Amino acid sequence: MCLAIPAEVKKIKGEYALVDFGGLKKDVKIVLTPEVKVGDYVLVHAGFSIHEMDKEEARESLELWKEILSTT
Amino acid sequence: MLEFRDKTTTEALIKEIRKISPENNIKVMHVCGTHEMTITRWGLRGLLPKNIKLICGPGCPVCVTSSSEIDFAIKLVKEKDVILTTFGDMFRVPGTGSSLSEAKSQGADVRVIYGIDEAAKIATKTEKQVVHFSIGFETTVPSIASEILESKTLKNFSIICSHRLIPPAMDYLLSSEDIEIDGFICPGHVSTIIGCEPYGVLAEKFAKPMVVGGFEPNDMLLSILMILKQIKAERPEVENEYTRAAKKEGNILAKKMMNDVFETCDRGWRGIGIIPNSGLRLKDEFMELDGEKKFKIEIRKSQDLRPGCKCGEIMKGKAIPQDCRYFGKACTPENPIGACIVSAEGPCYIAYNYS
Repeated sequence: MCLAIPAEVKKIKGEYALVDFGGLKKDVKIVLTPEVKVGDYVLVHAGFSIHEMDKEEARESLELWKEILSTT
Repeated sequence: MLEFRDKTTTEALIKEIRKISPENNIKVMHVCGTHEMTITRWGLRGLLPKNIKLICGPGCPVCVTSSSEIDFAIKLVKEKDVILTTFGDMFRVPGTGSSLSEAKSQGADVRVIYGIDEAAKIATKTEKQVVHFSIGFETTVPSIASEILESKTLKNFSIICSHRLIPPAMDYLLSSEDIEIDGFICPGHVSTIIGCEPYGVLAEKFAKPMVVGGFEPNDMLLSILMILKQIKAERPEVENEYTRAAKKEGNILAKKMMNDVFETCDRGWRGIGIIPNSGLRLKDEFMELDGEKKFKIEIRKSQDLRPGCKCGEIMKGKAIPQDCRYFGKACTPENPIGACIVSAEGPCYIAYNYS
């Protein structure tokens, strides 16, 4: 139930956005992330985007791994 | 995504975990079905030192929904002229006697939807009453809250409010004298909404490490390593491994919507018992959307566990699916006895399909 999947925003249509889950496209509601723009990545759960992701944040995770591994 | 499964990183993480592991048993609990899926599917338990135990807690919303709530939904859709919507996970979960899927096969109008906005749309196109059987943890609750705010003028729309909250359940488990937990991997997508702060309170109260973890195998291994480092340094606190999807403060707008629409209440968790302040109910101003108040239906005494079913012990982290005499024999995903073998995030379902 708490599964959330990243998708790319392709088109904004009012409260909804057409998002692309790597091929599969679907309209999801963006009221919980109203600032998303075309080209952004969002986490989608139960038909709603719940978080706006950016590539910088994804990179941060990878940096965290490197940092932890270098200090142990 | 490939980096998150990179084998070299996995090997480095395992090496560090082995290096830092103490000799005594360490029990790390998670409370998320998707975490259990990653752990089992990728065989992570087998990669860890034998004394590092990964325990599955009550992280599957449909597994902890009480039979009484399911019985109510079944009786409602069978006896009243309503359309009952719910999420796919709930459809086949047995209540005391039967499931919503059985009710549908007998002619009841039960519809599986992907998001609650679909239920509201159905309500705008029919004269019939539409009731959404609303389950889920904090990840799901804001979407329900936003739809309640939008649909409050709909006279034929309501919800059965079966939402539950994760931090009170963690508090309950940590307070239980018969459950040993040395640290928590906190659920990543619940944390996307609520942020990291609620776990900080628990880390301080119980002096246990708390790490918000992502869902790729390397995310989980790093979360375990971070917990072990905290144990070694004797500095229990909350840390965030899943920075790409969970911020310290969470989703502020989503939290506001939750708080505008819902208030906490005590709630029973299937097989566990009543956990204080672990449930949500609609605030008074939204009472007209409360399906349980709208349709006063009496249900007979319900039963959460069939005699011998270990779902409750499994949800508390005191047993594993293979400890149950029904598992994989009398109880299968096709013919469930307990709730934990139905949802793709139920520990028995995961063990049945991936162990």
